[in-house]
Amino acid sequence: MSNIAIDLTGVSKSYDDKVVVDGLSFTVAAGECFGLLGPNGAGKSTITRMLLGMAPPDAGKITVLGMPVPARARLARGRIGVVPQFDNLEHAFTVRENLLVFGRYFGMSRSEIEAAIPTLLEFARLESKADARVNTLSGGMKRRLTLARALINDPQLLVLDEPTTGLDPHARHLIWERLRLLLARGKTIILTTHFMEEAERLCDRLCVLDGGRIIAEGRPHALIEEQIGCPVLEIYGGNPRELRALINPYAERIEVSGETVFCYATDPEQVRVQLRGRADLRVLQRPPNLEDVFLRLTGRDMEN
Amino acid sequence: MVEGWAAAMPANAWNWIAVWRRNYLAWKKIAIAAILGNLADPLIYLFALGFGLGIMVGPVDGASYIAFLAAGMVAASAMTSATFETIYAAFGRMHSQRSWEAILCTQLTLGDIILGELAWAATKAFLAGTAIMIVASILGYTAWPSALYALPVVVLTGFAFASLAMVVMALAPSYDYFIFYQTLVLTPMLFLGGAVFPVSHLPSAFQQVGRFLPLAHAVDLLRPALLGRPGESVGLHIGALCVYTVLPFFLSAALLRRRLMP
Ligand SMILES: Nc1ncnc2c1ncn2[C@@H]1O[C@H](COP(=O)(O)OP(=O)(O)OP(=O)(O)O)[C@@H](O)[C@H]1O
Ligand SMILES: [Mg+2]
Repeated sequence: MSNIAIDLTGVSKSYDDKVVVDGLSFTVAAGECFGLLGPNGAGKSTITRMLLGMAPPDAGKITVLGMPVPARARLARGRIGVVPQFDNLEHAFTVRENLLVFGRYFGMSRSEIEAAIPTLLEFARLESKADARVNTLSGGMKRRLTLARALINDPQLLVLDEPTTGLDPHARHLIWERLRLLLARGKTIILTTHFMEEAERLCDRLCVLDGGRIIAEGRPHALIEEQIGCPVLEIYGGNPRELRALINPYAERIEVSGETVFCYATDPEQVRVQLRGRADLRVLQRPPNLEDVFLRLTGRDMEN
Repeated sequence: MVEGWAAAMPANAWNWIAVWRRNYLAWKKIAIAAILGNLADPLIYLFALGFGLGIMVGPVDGASYIAFLAAGMVAASAMTSATFETIYAAFGRMHSQRSWEAILCTQLTLGDIILGELAWAATKAFLAGTAIMIVASILGYTAWPSALYALPVVVLTGFAFASLAMVVMALAPSYDYFIFYQTLVLTPMLFLGGAVFPVSHLPSAFQQVGRFLPLAHAVDLLRPALLGRPGESVGLHIGALCVYTVLPFFLSAALLRRRLMP
């Protein structure tokens, strides 16, 4: 088995003359966690669907676990686990029944599935909920069940489309911990997310997409260093336009998002001096993070 | 394009069973209500029309009207239960419940799902059709053992109507469109297909149309079987129902592939 889990070369896809994925190429190594970031409509879900053979590309070549997709997508799916963006559990079924029914879709026998269920329930921390109906579970439990369901066929590769969207911080941290466990077991993960913290914590490498193109790619910390590389001041309150004029001479770059001014400055002290005595402002200084990278790369029209 | 077709066709001869079993599990949870609901409607028709009208119309085609009607009601209930299972329940699983989307991430293909849904709808048709046959038999309106020939016909009728409904479902943007299929296709078919009265009473233009309807083929197979008479053109009727099963299957597979795997 080669150590390349996913390989996309020049992949394009349009819907009704709208280019959704535009000549995309990237490679994910086996055992790696690869993140797809990008604003709503960037094409993240479309890419995950293409990996599963659920959306044929207009052009380009896709190889997943050594198999050409969509030509042999069915075979590839046998070794892939999927957490979709939108919940598609069987709500009238119990937790156990969901796993049982799903295992059958992989051609597993009842005894094989029943043998796998206790481990999966333990993994998802749902032991006490085995016989509860899905519609009685909390959002976090449902998501963990979806993750457990994705593991029923003992996949090598996990395709996770926004696995923690809509979850509270506890639920999110629990999922992250579970995902790290899976990575430690050697699984490959491709993950889309809107949480920069999630990407920073989990991903070995990630790419930022916009309009179906990669606009940046690399290791999270390398990207932060490369795109930002200096401390950040977040300034709330006050008029962003006026503030910008005031601090512009002392900043490398200024980004306005909503009513917050993000000021990137190698010497933040100089900026603070300008703002001294302004009781209407709240200023927070912090190291740069992936959110700054995201805002910089995708925030071109945030100002208006 | 060949690849696209592979995704829309069944991957093998047994994958569909997993879909059938999923639906069976869901049905088991509400089986009592489902069976009663399935039975009530055609039985009301059978008794209301059979006894009510029967008094006025006297024997039809050499049988009591209620015995004549029984075969029509078996065919009609197979038609409606297979259709409703597809346009309401299966459409829900495809559309709002996203069950199909989950299945498409597994070893099953779209073709496996469609086949599983058709087989399930045919099962529901079988349950509904046999329930009426049993009631009619207890009351002495069916001939045994020739009524046993009706069983596979009910299943085939279920497949044909499920398959046709699958095309309707593949095209419908929402539930609201199904009422047109019910009122413009199914209800006229009940009368033109000879389920409630002999088609020979209709103007000949209607008779010509009626001959081609799937329900007419089902009725022409079921009525002789239930009345204990020799069937006519059995091969033709079975062949026609098979065509009504197979062609819409391929058409719906092509339509659903475009809809679900764009
Ligand atoms: N079946 C389809 N038909 C037409 N357009 C589609 C279809 N699927 C996706 N699109 C369009 O493709 C674009 C990318 O959609 P996609 O769902 O891949 O984005 P995304 O990055 O996952 O967004 P989000 O973060 O909101 O989930 C969107 O503009 C969407 O409207
Ligand atoms: Mg998405």
